[in-house]
Amino acid sequence: MIATQSDAYQESFAAFQADQSATSPAWLNEARQTAWDRFLERGLPTRRDEDWRFTPVASLAGRNYRNVQSLSLASDTVETLLQRAKLDDDFHRLVFVNGHYVEGASSHQDLPEGVVVENLASSIREGRDLAEQLLTQPVGKEESAFTDLNTAFASDGAVIDVADGVTLDRPVHLIFLSVEDGPTACHPRNLIRLGNGSSATVVESYHGRDGDGYFTNAVTQIELAEQANLDHHKLQHEQRDSLHIASSHIDQKEHSRFCSHYFSFGAELARNELNCILDGEEIVSTLNGLYMPTGEQLMDCRTRIDHAKPNCNTYELYKGILDDRARGVFNGKIFVHQDAQKTDAKQSNQALLLSDDAVVNTKPQLEIYADDVKCTHGATIGELDEQALYYLRSRGIPESLARKMLIFAFANDVVQGVEVPAVVQHLEAILLSSHGLPDV
Amino acid sequence: MSTENAMLEEFSQREYEHGFVTDIEADSIPAGLSEEVVRLISEKKGEPQWLLDWRLKAYRHWLTLEEPQWHNVNYSPIDYQAAVYYSAPKKKPQLASLDEVDPVLLETYEKLGIPLEEQKVLANVAVDAVFDSVSIVTTFRETLEKHGVIFCPFSEAVHDHPELVKKYLGTVVPHSDNFFASLNSAVFSDGSFCYIPKGVRCPMELSTYFRINAQNTGQFERTLIVAEEGSYVSYLEGCTAPKRDENQLHAAVVELVALDDAQIKYSTVQNWYPGDSEGKGGIYNFVTKRGACRGENSKISWTQVETGSAITWKYPSVILQGDNSVGEFYSVAVTANHQQADTGTKMIHIGKNTKSTIISKGISAGVGQNSYRGEVKVMKNATNARNFSQCDSMLIGDRCGAHTFPYIEVRNTTGKVEHEASTSKVGEDQIYYLRQRGLSTEDAVNMIVNGFCKEVYDVLPMEFAVEARKLLNVSLEGSVG
Repeated sequence: MIATQSDAYQESFAAFQADQSATSPAWLNEARQTAWDRFLERGLPTRRDEDWRFTPVASLAGRNYRNVQSLSLASDTVETLLQRAKLDDDFHRLVFVNGHYVEGASSHQDLPEGVVVENLASSIREGRDLAEQLLTQPVGKEESAFTDLNTAFASDGAVIDVADGVTLDRPVHLIFLSVEDGPTACHPRNLIRLGNGSSATVVESYHGRDGDGYFTNAVTQIELAEQANLDHHKLQHEQRDSLHIASSHIDQKEHSRFCSHYFSFGAELARNELNCILDGEEIVSTLNGLYMPTGEQLMDCRTRIDHAKPNCNTYELYKGILDDRARGVFNGKIFVHQDAQKTDAKQSNQALLLSDDAVVNTKPQLEIYADDVKCTHGATIGELDEQALYYLRSRGIPESLARKMLIFAFANDVVQGVEVPAVVQHLEAILLSSHGLPDV
Repeated sequence: MSTENAMLEEFSQREYEHGFVTDIEADSIPAGLSEEVVRLISEKKGEPQWLLDWRLKAYRHWLTLEEPQWHNVNYSPIDYQAAVYYSAPKKKPQLASLDEVDPVLLETYEKLGIPLEEQKVLANVAVDAVFDSVSIVTTFRETLEKHGVIFCPFSEAVHDHPELVKKYLGTVVPHSDNFFASLNSAVFSDGSFCYIPKGVRCPMELSTYFRINAQNTGQFERTLIVAEEGSYVSYLEGCTAPKRDENQLHAAVVELVALDDAQIKYSTVQNWYPGDSEGKGGIYNFVTKRGACRGENSKISWTQVETGSAITWKYPSVILQGDNSVGEFYSVAVTANHQQADTGTKMIHIGKNTKSTIISKGISAGVGQNSYRGEVKVMKNATNARNFSQCDSMLIGDRCGAHTFPYIEVRNTTGKVEHEASTSKVGEDQIYYLRQRGLSTEDAVNMIVNGFCKEVYDVLPMEFAVEARKLLNVSLEGSVG
């Protein structure tokens, strides 16, 4: 079983190597090969793996996806999708189509001095240290089948490197589009590094075209030096028949601040992992998320926070709104190491079920090895508050509208945590439109 | 701080109070497990064919299983072939009165602080004491018989009430349930059987004391409690075990069945040998406990105080099948020294308007590791199901750990599930406050810890609450300073 599933990628890996190995540096070829070997050995996860217990990924991930080597560009689809994806013309923008950088659609002029915003392929060509450093070190705490698969196929993605003390004035918007015919796979690899005291705002968004179902397998590595400040947003708008697997790995140093906002709307199966390692004192991390599966969608949100040093605070709020036959999975792990005294970790996960056929699996998880800590988690699952509904109706608001108002208010908690006006507007529009909130 | 540390040392090095070995000739079969052994156990107990067949079915299924690895505990692999699966005290006394009980046994009980006579008279408790694997004393049988309550050793029930045993055995925890339950089903030696007829409120608290004695003997108890329509029973289970160097395996199974309007309250105080301060020895306690609220308006309540065992692996669960049924789980788990506990509950909501409450208090000291693992599942037809869970952990010392692994699954929009968890330590300010008022540090800690566990003690039967409090204080002696 496992062998045949890995076989699905065998052919594309051979083709990929033939295409890339001659032009790639030796270290990269080696990293790809090591990851590939590990992937073959490990195979795709099954439901017997505790981490994938509620997320049956094998059938989708085991399909025969084709890697798109070169692009047939300038199609209308790209243009339409791009228009939909754009949030603000002022943003710096990197556009990737089927995993490849598209110079013509991107714009990142007038960057402050000391800031590099480019695509990974150019970084590798230029021989920048960041690319070599991050691609050759283990991804996060340990590799998984999908991060290995990503490394094996690593060729392009976004690179943001901000020097010490520099503030990136405008947000950087990374747009990933999948447009090719037939089942295709892309493996974007994004690297973000912020120097001492620097700050940046990044928006990642994923879009696709209706078709035969594609697979996005993204990995983002983030390194925040002392007092660095990163605001990270992710908008997942993949097509309904696609598979979206993504993981972000954040390594934080002293006094740094990381804020993640995740919004999940698309894909047939979407899984997003956030792994934060708090490797310094006085770090603040905020992880917020909203997932709204409908139809047959499955959305799996996982966060893991490693409190490795004392005096760090983390705040986590994940909300889900589930309709139809949708399934939601939340796993929030907080790991407090022995040295991490005076940790303050708060986690809250709330899910709203709008249909009797929807299912939520929640697993908040605390593992604590230090004694002087404050850790709390709360999880609630339920339907709309009957009293609030009654209140609104007694004031003459029709039930359907009242329900919509309450759902909007529930979701808006997470949206209001976003500090970029264009992103807030975009999300509010979605929530208010019939696409976002279900017609109830 | 240094005096506190010294105290901490002293505390965590406390020796097990109930560590002693009773010298009684035991009738054991050779170590090892095979189909032969299963047949031998069944033969020794003179069991009917259907029970032997059931045991063999379980044994064959067990062979296909692998030992679970998902739990958050570490232990050296168990050699199932090295354990002895049957041991009975050789002189099985025919008892007309307590005077005929082997004096060595009585002495053992006295050391444990449970003199039978006293309990008989004062506490009005019928005691079915299990010494190793065979029941020796059963008191108050007559009173119970008058009410129609059956309370007897499992092996007796097999002979005297085969239709009841056959009807309910394995219906809550099937022979194929899990690795340890299958093992138990194959080799269970004895246990208690309890049947409360329709409309009867059991006139006294029923209780058993378990005790592991003969060296190398794993204990495989099997308890079955059936509460008929409109009946009520409160059942107490308490355990202490003598000191041993080898790890002893204990894989018990408890099945509860509550029919319409019936209530079962099951309380446990577990204080088996936890191993010494180096983590050597101690009992491996892998227990499967499950209750089925089969009838409407039925209620099952689990209360446990777990202070002993090197490893505690147990998840008393309730399957809420009947409409309006209620499940409760109250737990205090203490891990000191090198103890490890992975415990919690499962509440499966199937019927309408079912309710469950989970209150779990974990206390870790020394290098103990304490995990709460629970599952709350609301099935599709469980309209208006309601759950409230609260898991609090307390850490004493900086080398211990507290973990929570709650699983929540909801398939019905009207379900309301709430989960809260918190972790804290015994605050320096709290201790300071109490010391200011003239309490010793030790008393202050005991007071704080007992306050932390109060919600659970409140639901324990009175005599158990006293014992539990005492146990907890002893378990944590010297952990803080």
